[in-house]
Amino acid sequence: MIRILLAGQGGQGVLSAGRFLAESGLHEGKEVSYLPAYGPEMRGGTANCAVILSDEEIASPLCSEPDVLIALNAPSFHKFAPRVKSGGMIVVNGSISDSYAGRDDVKVYDVPLNDLALEAGDIRTANMIALGVLVAATGAVQQKSIVSCLREKFIGKVHLCECNERAFLTGINAALAQK
Amino acid sequence: MSKILLHGTEAICEGAIRNGCRAFFGYPITPQNEVPEYMSVKMPQIGGTFVQAESEVAAINMVYGAAGSGVRAMTSSSSPGVSLKQEGISYIACARIPCVVVNIMRAGPGLGGILPAQGDYFQATKGGGHGDYHLIVLAPCSVQEACDLTYRAFDLSDRYRVPAMILADGMIGQLMEPVELPPMRSLSEIPEKPWATSGHYGKDRRVLNSLIIKPEELEPHVNELQRTYDEIYANERLAAEYKTEDAEIVLTAYGTVARIVKSAVNELRKQGIKAGCIRPITLYPFPDNVFARCAEREETKAFLSVELSLGQMVEDVRLAVNGKKPVYFYGRTGGNVPDESEIVRAAKDALEKAVKA
Amino acid sequence: MKVFEKTKMLTDAHMHYCPGCTHGIVHRLVAESIEELGLQEKCIGIAPVGCAVFAYDYFNCDMQEAAHGRAPAVATGIKRCHPDSTVFVYQGDGDLASIGMAETVHAAARGENITIIFINNSIYGMTGGQMAPTTLIGQKATTCQSGRDPKVNGYPIRVCELLATLDAPYYIERVSTHDVKHVLAAKKAIKKALKFQSEGRGYTFIEVLVSCPTNWHMRPVEALRFMGEECTKTFPLGVYRDKSEGKE
Repeated sequence: MIRILLAGQGGQGVLSAGRFLAESGLHEGKEVSYLPAYGPEMRGGTANCAVILSDEEIASPLCSEPDVLIALNAPSFHKFAPRVKSGGMIVVNGSISDSYAGRDDVKVYDVPLNDLALEAGDIRTANMIALGVLVAATGAVQQKSIVSCLREKFIGKVHLCECNERAFLTGINAALAQK
Repeated sequence: MSKILLHGTEAICEGAIRNGCRAFFGYPITPQNEVPEYMSVKMPQIGGTFVQAESEVAAINMVYGAAGSGVRAMTSSSSPGVSLKQEGISYIACARIPCVVVNIMRAGPGLGGILPAQGDYFQATKGGGHGDYHLIVLAPCSVQEACDLTYRAFDLSDRYRVPAMILADGMIGQLMEPVELPPMRSLSEIPEKPWATSGHYGKDRRVLNSLIIKPEELEPHVNELQRTYDEIYANERLAAEYKTEDAEIVLTAYGTVARIVKSAVNELRKQGIKAGCIRPITLYPFPDNVFARCAEREETKAFLSVELSLGQMVEDVRLAVNGKKPVYFYGRTGGNVPDESEIVRAAKDALEKAVKA
Repeated sequence: MKVFEKTKMLTDAHMHYCPGCTHGIVHRLVAESIEELGLQEKCIGIAPVGCAVFAYDYFNCDMQEAAHGRAPAVATGIKRCHPDSTVFVYQGDGDLASIGMAETVHAAARGENITIIFINNSIYGMTGGQMAPTTLIGQKATTCQSGRDPKVNGYPIRVCELLATLDAPYYIERVSTHDVKHVLAAKKAIKKALKFQSEGRGYTFIEVLVSCPTNWHMRPVEALRFMGEECTKTFPLGVYRDKSEGKE
């Protein structure tokens, strides 16, 4: 079982990245749960979601001690880094956050997600780069599951799909470089 | 059939639609807006009716009309909105109109907050509106169950002519999980309603009414309602047990909280403490038999009810356990949800207190 | 030779209305209209809370008894599920214009294809003569015993005029029952409204001025005169909307 907490600012694609992950897990026949946290505002607030992938039945859908944290901005990095399980990992958006977790029992992947996303062609793909890092570092789901989910989601939107796929691969390479 | 990833709210809608729901009336309130939104798209596609009512009060009365005319009808809201519906629910209960009301509970009292809570247990299970009546109350703990219990609620409600409620918390509303959807049921399979007012077309005219002004008529009517509740109690009590056979501490919770409790039970067992869990699926009728059976066991030292409230279901647990073993309570409110470790601590405390006493 | 036959749309139940009250007349007008239009078998009526609460015993068709003020919502639920049926709603002034104003306005705004019969006797009858949203200025009631004072109680609500500000309603008319001529005109309006509904034209609303000798503390004839002379001043009779004649 792997518990993943994705967090950031509304509009950064936190929730859609979580859904890609959950959909990919489902494609692979895993038990999955996806629990978004919601605030009163429609835009611009904080956003986070808990995704659990498991080979067995999932009891609690909460992620109070995640195995993996994906933090797309500094506030969510600092808020959630202390909660990560010992031996877990963190992907932090180095473009807009420092990467000092104040602990050495977790592996921190400091990746300039925004810069890499711009290179990939669209700043909105920072979430996919983070997913790439996660998949390469943990093997939580297979690369091809994410790619096929992307193709399903962006059916008929070739440019967007290519852009997101490119970003996802960028993330995979970034993780391999830091492993 | 393969599973698809659905939100709890969507699963509730699909459970309803697939068991013949063809009328939905709702009003926006967080955190259940996905229900009316989904229904506004789906209902016209399947020849059903969707109306965004001017209020929750109007919505429940539209249900009264539609369900009274023989159509399977549903409304959905969240705590403050469900309070507004209580007048209509009382009338519906008295007129014996089957229908389904969904409450995706948020934190109260008052306008409260929009995060998950379970503070409406009393309202849901003890009547809610004025007068002597009950609803059949079902509490899903997963997205699959949200679908299945809503499906089932329509059958139960029709069979007993008692309105049914799906009592879920805000977490179920937001949660996405894989669901296997039941097949679409043909409307012709749904039993006729010989009391429905849809125009009499040569038959004897029918009247749906909750005004029974003569005491010599009202008393038999409410007695008849009570006989139905007794029958429901005898036939429909339902709970899921988890590792209770040898449990020293029996935890209990309903809805999504029960899943966190289940994780806590696993953790307690890992630490060498014999813990188990009872998850009531029907909140009315309350599955007191399951608790009574556990209370009889020598191994059982104590019960602990975990709720997103200040202690509501725990009263029914105490009645069921009937003084045979101590019953403790742990609750969070305001939209806070306890995590596994809090529950583990509360369970250890409860067990310690029970052993000392 | 048969000179008169009671409409089959009314049951044989003995009506409970007070002597001199014109509710009974309006029941008959509605019932006769439905029968004459041949709508009886596909008709569903909604009874209110108030003096007409027992209407489900009197109209010889399928009936639902609604909660106080909620009849237009109940009617919406039925009519949307059974668009070929004829759905009429019978409500008094407290039910329709006070506690049920939201349901009233929104059913009208949605243009529900239903017919509302609005009984305006400017008082709460069933509960014993309290002030209604339609109580006239100066008119006495048990909750404004020296007469309705606008400074304290505000002004009466003119529902036809209010609903005529909406786009959807197809037909809105105010009629009265204070003499034979007006009763016949009321029948015409009610029948027209039900006919429009059966043709699927949309929302129809007939306000009927009715007397309440008991709570007005008047003899029946005096009450009829008061209705004709006083009530019609605050509530002018006439057609407020008739899309069939281009009156918007």
